[in-house]
Amino acid sequence: MSWKIWSLKKSPWVFHVNVGACNNCDIEIVNCLTPKFDIERFGMKLVGSPRHADALLVTGVGTRQAVVRLREVYRQTSKPCVVFIIGACACGTGIFHNGYHVAGPVDKVIKEVDPNAIIAYVPGCPPKPEAIISGVVKALSAI
Amino acid sequence: MTEPLQILFWVVVFPGFLFTLILGLVASWIVRKVSALVQWRVGPPLLQPFYDVIKLMGKEILIPQEAQRTIFTMAPVVSVAGTLLLSMMLWRVSLAGTSFVGDIIVAIYLMVLPSLALILGGSASASPHATVGTSREMKLVMGYELPLLLALIVVIIKSGGQLSLVAIAQNAPVLSISGMLAFLASLMCVQAKLGFVPFDMAEAETELGSGILMEYSGALLAVWKVAQAMMLVALPLFLVTVFLGGFTSSLWAGIGKYVLVLVLIILIKNTNPRVQIHQAMKFFWVHCGIALVVAVILATIGNNYGIGWL
Ligand code: SF4
Repeated sequence: MSWKIWSLKKSPWVFHVNVGACNNCDIEIVNCLTPKFDIERFGMKLVGSPRHADALLVTGVGTRQAVVRLREVYRQTSKPCVVFIIGACACGTGIFHNGYHVAGPVDKVIKEVDPNAIIAYVPGCPPKPEAIISGVVKALSAI
Repeated sequence: MTEPLQILFWVVVFPGFLFTLILGLVASWIVRKVSALVQWRVGPPLLQPFYDVIKLMGKEILIPQEAQRTIFTMAPVVSVAGTLLLSMMLWRVSLAGTSFVGDIIVAIYLMVLPSLALILGGSASASPHATVGTSREMKLVMGYELPLLLALIVVIIKSGGQLSLVAIAQNAPVLSISGMLAFLASLMCVQAKLGFVPFDMAEAETELGSGILMEYSGALLAVWKVAQAMMLVALPLFLVTVFLGGFTSSLWAGIGKYVLVLVLIILIKNTNPRVQIHQAMKFFWVHCGIALVVAVILATIGNNYGIGWL
């Protein structure tokens, strides 16, 4: 394991991308920062710019308007980076399946930009903060 | 004393780069940990700032297409260089007791250098967020330079017109009314220089992303983080040297004073909301300005009539 990946696991800074979520998943992500869950214990930090980010937390179904921005955000993120797909919508379009505004599950969009992207999935509608934290920790120990 | 190797050792290892860097990263851990404790959280582990810097070193560097490449890449280096020089000077004063006439003025200039580098880097990065951050930082610099200079004038008057840091560090002006006013005002100036709440409007995580540093990534961002960590050593050390009597009595007392100033800064950071830029300007120019003019008058009277506590 190279030192780059080792240090990435020690301090994953996350950037939150909403591509058409109902806002419930977003609330649960913000919930992870609260004193009760405190993801800063693992060195995680919510950052304001994709250029600082090591992990993108993507929520929402991927609407036609938003996927354009999602591709751009992924390109602007400095590599190596990990994409976390959070919520049933983002994992497989969920209740919006076959909707007129849906441009596909998020992983498909990311793979169009970079076929080798590291993608992890946290299902749930919305996933509990415990589930998000355990998903992130599991995914980080897997790479 | 003047052997080149020894000078190199000073600059790179002991009071210079490595020592200040490690101390600064530990200090930035203290900032995060104490903030976490204030908010009833657990907070990051001790080595977290080190992991952050190592990680950033390994990341890809992205430079925006329209950015001014040279200035964009040089700005963080200038910031580190300025902070390094400042901390070297202050360590030499504190530990070895050597200084030269007028080094307090050099210190004032060196303290502006990181903010100047921040302004240069932000305006070179061709990003609207960074531009807004830059304009705020510029106004902030104009705001806090005036009270800082007035506060240092108080100190110079109290020390009987001395211009070298070693001579100034012989007494602690904070034990008088004018010195206390000057200390409190310059504590707020240091808060603004560090970009901490309530004066973090240039970085403004919630509205500007990260403001000036928005476009920086990878190793360049790591250099900024290093510069900020080193400022966390240099600026409180400057306050300790100028206002609290420095390391003259004993080493442990000096370390205690440093920790005291650091904890004061962290507590101010954690108990205040961010103010708007015009509120900050008003605070620095009107409130601090009037208080410091009073302090200068008091200090002059005290000095002329030999009243120590004024
Ligand atoms: S997964 Fe559920 S909670 Fe999350 S965005 Fe979709 S509908 Fe909302």
